[in-house]
Amino acid sequence: MKMPTPDAAIVARRREIAAHLRTLLKPESVIDHEDERRVYESDGLTAYRQPPLIAVLPGSTAEVSAVMAYCQQEGIKIVPRGAGTSLSGGALPLADAITLGLGKLNRVIEVDLPNRAVTVQPGVTNLGITRAVEHAGFYYAPDPSSQIACTIGGNIAENSGGVHCLKYGLTTNNVLGLEFVLMNGDVLRIGGKHLDSGGYDLLGVLTGSEGLLGVVTEVTVRVLAKPAHLKAMMIGFPTSESAGDCVARIIAGGIIPAGMEMMDRPAIHAAEAFVRVGYPLDVEALLIVELDGPECEIDAYMARIEAIAGDCGAVSCRVSTTEAERLGFWAGRKAAFPAVGRISPDYLCMDGTIPRRRLSEVLARMEVLSQQYGLRVANVFHAGDGNLHPLILYDANQPGELDRCERFGADILRLCVEVGGVLTGEHGVGVEKRDLMPVMFNEQDLDHQMRLKCAFDPDHLLNPGKVFPQLRRCAELGHLHVHHGELAFPDLPRF
Amino acid sequence: MSELRPESIAALTDAVATASAERLPLEISGAGTKRGMGRPVEATHRLSLSALRGIMLYEPEELVISAHAGTTLIEIEQSLAQKGQQLAFEPPDWARLLGTAPGTQTIGGIVAANLAGPRRLTAGAARDHLLGFQAVSGRGELFKAGGRVVKNVTGFDLSKLLAGSFGTLAVMSEVTLKVLPRPERTATLLLLDQDAATAAGSMAAALGSSNEVSGAAWLPALLAQRVGVGEGAAVTALRFEGLDASVDFRLDALMGLIGGAASRLDGARSDDFWCRVRDAEPFGADPSRDVWRVSVAPLDGARLVAALPEAEAYLDWAGGLVWLALPAAPDGNSARIRQAKGPSGHATLVRAAADVRARVAVFEPEPAPLAALSRRVKASFDPLGILNPGRMVEGV
Repeated sequence: MKMPTPDAAIVARRREIAAHLRTLLKPESVIDHEDERRVYESDGLTAYRQPPLIAVLPGSTAEVSAVMAYCQQEGIKIVPRGAGTSLSGGALPLADAITLGLGKLNRVIEVDLPNRAVTVQPGVTNLGITRAVEHAGFYYAPDPSSQIACTIGGNIAENSGGVHCLKYGLTTNNVLGLEFVLMNGDVLRIGGKHLDSGGYDLLGVLTGSEGLLGVVTEVTVRVLAKPAHLKAMMIGFPTSESAGDCVARIIAGGIIPAGMEMMDRPAIHAAEAFVRVGYPLDVEALLIVELDGPECEIDAYMARIEAIAGDCGAVSCRVSTTEAERLGFWAGRKAAFPAVGRISPDYLCMDGTIPRRRLSEVLARMEVLSQQYGLRVANVFHAGDGNLHPLILYDANQPGELDRCERFGADILRLCVEVGGVLTGEHGVGVEKRDLMPVMFNEQDLDHQMRLKCAFDPDHLLNPGKVFPQLRRCAELGHLHVHHGELAFPDLPRF
Repeated sequence: MSELRPESIAALTDAVATASAERLPLEISGAGTKRGMGRPVEATHRLSLSALRGIMLYEPEELVISAHAGTTLIEIEQSLAQKGQQLAFEPPDWARLLGTAPGTQTIGGIVAANLAGPRRLTAGAARDHLLGFQAVSGRGELFKAGGRVVKNVTGFDLSKLLAGSFGTLAVMSEVTLKVLPRPERTATLLLLDQDAATAAGSMAAALGSSNEVSGAAWLPALLAQRVGVGEGAAVTALRFEGLDASVDFRLDALMGLIGGAASRLDGARSDDFWCRVRDAEPFGADPSRDVWRVSVAPLDGARLVAALPEAEAYLDWAGGLVWLALPAAPDGNSARIRQAKGPSGHATLVRAAADVRARVAVFEPEPAPLAALSRRVKASFDPLGILNPGRMVEGV
């Protein structure tokens, strides 16, 4: 992984830049001591480490704006950071960039339940939003597994998903309004408490832009009334093929469960060894299906699902009878990553999405790759929407193993694209999948994306080195190719 | 105006490339049913997508459909219905409202205008269902974004940007949409004789409960009568969809929560009512009235209705969408409505005479820094301004 070459002239100015930043922010909000900078050297993608030039922790929108305007003027790069839980290296610092931490902006600004809208600062955690409204029977639907730590600002940047997004959508489907700061320091507001706005949907394009377009300083999300009841069922299958077949038939049968997760044998065993929740150990695939709504609806759907599962050859089926049991079913799934972390010194989590009907083929070919690379892999899978999370087990202390693991991971993602899927379903491109973008997009596709970047940040100062394999200068991207005189269809009627 | 009707993606690309090389502004259209929306375009040539039609891929178990942009909505909805599925955002047909041909609109037009019906409340708009597209930008270059799976964050979400861009950024040639199962049953609870403010409270209570309401609208007596419900009373309509037993259970539970005089619509009668709400049928084809669609915070809807006593008005989206019809005015009633609305929310002039739409801001005017950013976004896709110039904003 090659990051842009640091600008030595900027690095040499560290002391002077920090001194100036201390005139814009409270002095303690500017972190330039080597030991303290090291705290920010990595995010959830721990394979890469790089202390930032300086870290700053602004306490208001005005401070964010002041820092960004100063950096624009001085040509200094900025890497925005929420809680640093990104699994794609979205918040990986650069040696010549200021890491802009939004953690101090952690206030809930307004809870407006009659309008079902909550306005918060970007450093509020995902779960913090639900905490602010659950007393009144509401919750915030997108629920990434890191929800206890990850911030809503980071969720906006990555368009985070979670196990319930099949029914309730990703972050982008649940955000109503944003305040954000452009690289030049301009503070803009889009959306509000209402649903659709006319004009270009900048709210939609900011969401999932991985910190390349602007820094979000305030977020309004919609919250939903909690469902009356929740029940989960746990179904064991003799093959991943039969489990995949069951998922397809549930959906083709008109049922959209609140959540539908699959784990393969290695993941089931790792999770059971870690949390001991009673997962069956004699199956090749385990499906956890959650339903919500009135009890009569849940029971009717469960009966249908049980029948479908039986037809697909399920060997076990358990329905949660208490809330504790339901949470138990989920505990293993939600702890799958740390559980795998216990059986291997290191792991790399992939995030491709595939058309579900290609699942057994993809798993079989992944197994071949696993043999080829000599690395084990465990799979957890948002089965409802085809989002795979293969966890490749490796040991970073073994020379060459990280490199081998990354090549294996890249092959898995190429496979996802080959069968009609995509590189990333919810973790983002970041640095991790940056160089694979051409597998999915041709040069013209990428140029159109980069030109949008130029409309927001013409000097490429905001989070450079992420998402795009090669950042081309905006002036160069702006050139128009002359088609005149060399037309492909000379017979076409002319204007 | 001369019309070009390319029959292949290559011919479409060539047409836009030629227009770009010759600096010729194009009006982009599908079936042309929404030409009366937005600002009139100043172009000498029209580029019609109507020959690029047909469903390319439909995988019910994957919940996706891909179609050429000129495919009619009817064709798509019929294919989906055969597999018990639908476009959950409930695309409206405003042909009657706009004086064009009902039943002819294309999927490209629906996406380009980011339309949505009553289920916007819970299922989202066209923007929330557009998974990917292929298009030709104003540079005459074919490009794609997004994908064909329901969960994807690879690269910028250009699908959101293209939805609602009214053909001003790129000419979409193919769209891929998320589809969802059709509910097995539908029923609507009609609470009778509530004024707008009381209705707003009832709708907030309904959405704040766990009874999964998928439509919440209020019509005053006059407008309710025009769509054949309420028997002379105003109606607050709450829709329930799903399994038989669940629909009955939730409807009864909500009735117990709110109470008062009520009646109910089942099955086809319920569907028919929501189609009429969706298509703005209470305002019909009467061109002597300007029609506005105002998106606000749900509780602000009833306040806006109260502030405009001279308007015919009804509420959708639990109060968050206000449909207004006022006698035609030289400014399309723009000043009156935007003043009553206040600084938040978004007012769109849906129907007015062409000269009026050329004069007033059809979409909510953006503050200067945001307007400048939108112009830069436009220029990044269409630097010469050849695609639907002036369609959304004068001079852009």
